[in-house]
Amino acid sequence: MNFTRLRGLVRKESLQIIRDPSSIGIAFFLPVLLLLLFGYGVSLDARHVPLAVVVEQNSPQAMALVSGFKQSDYFLPVSMRSIQEAEQAMMQRQVDGIIWLRHNFAQELMTGSEAPVGVIVNGVDANKARLIEGYVTGVWYNWLERMTGEQGQQLKMPVTVEHRIWFNAEVNSRNYLVPGLIAIIMTLIGAMLTSMVMAREWERGTMEALMVTPVTIREITSSKIIPYFILGMGGMLLSVLMAVFLFHVPLHGSMWALLCSSSLFMFTAITMGLLISVAAKSQFVAGQIAIVITFLPAFILSGFVFDIRTMPVVIQWLTHLVAARYFVDILQTLFLAGNIWPLFLVNSAWLALMALFFLMIIKKKSHKLLE
Amino acid sequence: MLQKIFALMKKEFRTILKNKKTRMVLIVPPIAQILVFGYSASFDLNNVSYAVYNEDPGIASRQLLARFQGAKVFDSCVTVHHDGEIAPLINEKEVMLVLHIGPDFTRDISRGRPGKLQVILDGRNSNSAMISLNYVRNIVMDFNSHWAATHGGRHIPARLVVNSWFNNSLDSHWFIIPGIIALLALVVTLEVTALSVAKEREAGTFDQLLVTPMTPLEILIGKSLPGFIIGFIEATFIITMAILWFHVPFRGSFLVLYFGIFTFLLSAIGIGLMISSISVTQQQGLMGAFLFLVPAVILSGFATPIENMPQLVQYITYLNPMRYFLIIVRSTFLEGASFDLLWNLYWPMVLIGLATLTAAGLLFRNRMY
Repeated sequence: MNFTRLRGLVRKESLQIIRDPSSIGIAFFLPVLLLLLFGYGVSLDARHVPLAVVVEQNSPQAMALVSGFKQSDYFLPVSMRSIQEAEQAMMQRQVDGIIWLRHNFAQELMTGSEAPVGVIVNGVDANKARLIEGYVTGVWYNWLERMTGEQGQQLKMPVTVEHRIWFNAEVNSRNYLVPGLIAIIMTLIGAMLTSMVMAREWERGTMEALMVTPVTIREITSSKIIPYFILGMGGMLLSVLMAVFLFHVPLHGSMWALLCSSSLFMFTAITMGLLISVAAKSQFVAGQIAIVITFLPAFILSGFVFDIRTMPVVIQWLTHLVAARYFVDILQTLFLAGNIWPLFLVNSAWLALMALFFLMIIKKKSHKLLE
Repeated sequence: MLQKIFALMKKEFRTILKNKKTRMVLIVPPIAQILVFGYSASFDLNNVSYAVYNEDPGIASRQLLARFQGAKVFDSCVTVHHDGEIAPLINEKEVMLVLHIGPDFTRDISRGRPGKLQVILDGRNSNSAMISLNYVRNIVMDFNSHWAATHGGRHIPARLVVNSWFNNSLDSHWFIIPGIIALLALVVTLEVTALSVAKEREAGTFDQLLVTPMTPLEILIGKSLPGFIIGFIEATFIITMAILWFHVPFRGSFLVLYFGIFTFLLSAIGIGLMISSISVTQQQGLMGAFLFLVPAVILSGFATPIENMPQLVQYITYLNPMRYFLIIVRSTFLEGASFDLLWNLYWPMVLIGLATLTAAGLLFRNRMY
């Protein structure tokens, strides 16, 4: 590797970046914009769920249950006169669930024949339906306790559940989604920055011009990696700062670990983009490949929203091919749990392995072209 | 006119299909992705690995734990013998939750005091944590009513009877897989259209196209049709997979669904061509495609509900055609919805399509570069 030549190439590449501001836009403007939009937009916590409440006959017990729903932060109850009206509202997607207390509710409560509280949820969004079910159970349980308490007896449940949720006590889904978003956005940035650069040289014929100079393939590759890596790291830094200071995701791990893993991931993402570029040799194909293989796998198979641990085993193996997976794991852990070294080292090793693998293929593919 | 459009369309198809790599990109990923994503994209919990730290020698704890072993959701259980083992198990993601039963559990229950089951959960994925906690609660509730019934305890005076419409077992695949139809249709149409004009601009052949007798409208139609045809074929393929392979119930009418696909493709192609005709280079085209695709997917309601977004972001999603199509495709699959429930979802997409196509047509001639 000749450093004078490398410096020249890096300078040329940097000038090209500066003169077409779209790359700088990709690196700095894009992560900020996307993180702003998604950081506020992406959340799985159902709040203020519109709920139809049908009370066929008023009674103190029924009123107490309804007021439990009114006080809950999770629900926006709307009173409806009949179950038909409520079902109509659900069909038209005005409410996401129905609470139905039949006319003999109070009577059944008194006689101790397990009075049914009817709950109907719209199951189209199954995850939301399940969360609503959980919240309804919570309100119902509080009401039960209070009611039996007023009657002078303590509600005796043989077993009570006490839970402690580690790392995210207030169960805020944004706290784990924002670190995941950084990984996804950076995957895109890496691919967008570099997937075209080699293909462009081939298409414009400047690659052949480079070939007749004494520069080696390794120098060309390095000169493509270095400036884009620096550019990408700028965007990465901005995103991390935004996560900490704007979205207030707690950062429990060390800054150094964060910096090391971010650089490693950025490097992997950029080599992946470069590999696409080398393999495609035309910008058109490179662009198409980049659209198809970067965003969707990073979105769905990285553990960003869909938990990898619950996927079928074969798919769990497949996720090992997605670089974002390791970074999502590292980021979620570093932010929420702290420095958990075994996890950190394993994931970093995988990332390094992937980057090496990409570099090897790039080298192999490029060599063939020189002949 | 038809002949000219047909000729341009033929040429477009050739550019897309002549290259072996492009052909592969159009055919292989959608098949692979519907299979992989269909199985992987789910919020349901299966095979939850958990650990048990049981200090109680009594019978009640054994009966309770047997219920966890029998539950379909829970799988592979680790036994913990002292406090210090809990943290590493959770930290390193060996288990998702730890059940801790204190030494007095059985004694408490038999004396009529509540026995405490302590659950420690990994909150790094708070959604999984909440859902698994709900499962734990359900198991405990079942145990409670069984215990009360067999040990002469007092009845619990009320019970919840939960029914869920359209998806009785709350299988979230039924929610996600129809969404994948929208996802892949969008990706494919963008792939075909977003670089098509930029490529010709960069090569200089677009100027040649402009000086032919073809009008911008004819060029527009010729450039759109391949996207339509490929989009329809791939959407049909994915719908077939969803119904026959993944057994997602289809309760609506294909007419309603395909009218939705038509309007969705119209808007997606319009956006793709507009991006393409704004761009001077293919790199800009690619950037534009991502700049639209990524927010369109993440802010569509595909994975996280639109109702959870702040009002301002919700307003932005009105510009997103995928938002409308997702509701159409899910409603036709699960709810069996008819035109009258969905009509107000079609016209925004038509509007987006017409506006972007017009913009693309105007940009053909007037874009300076």
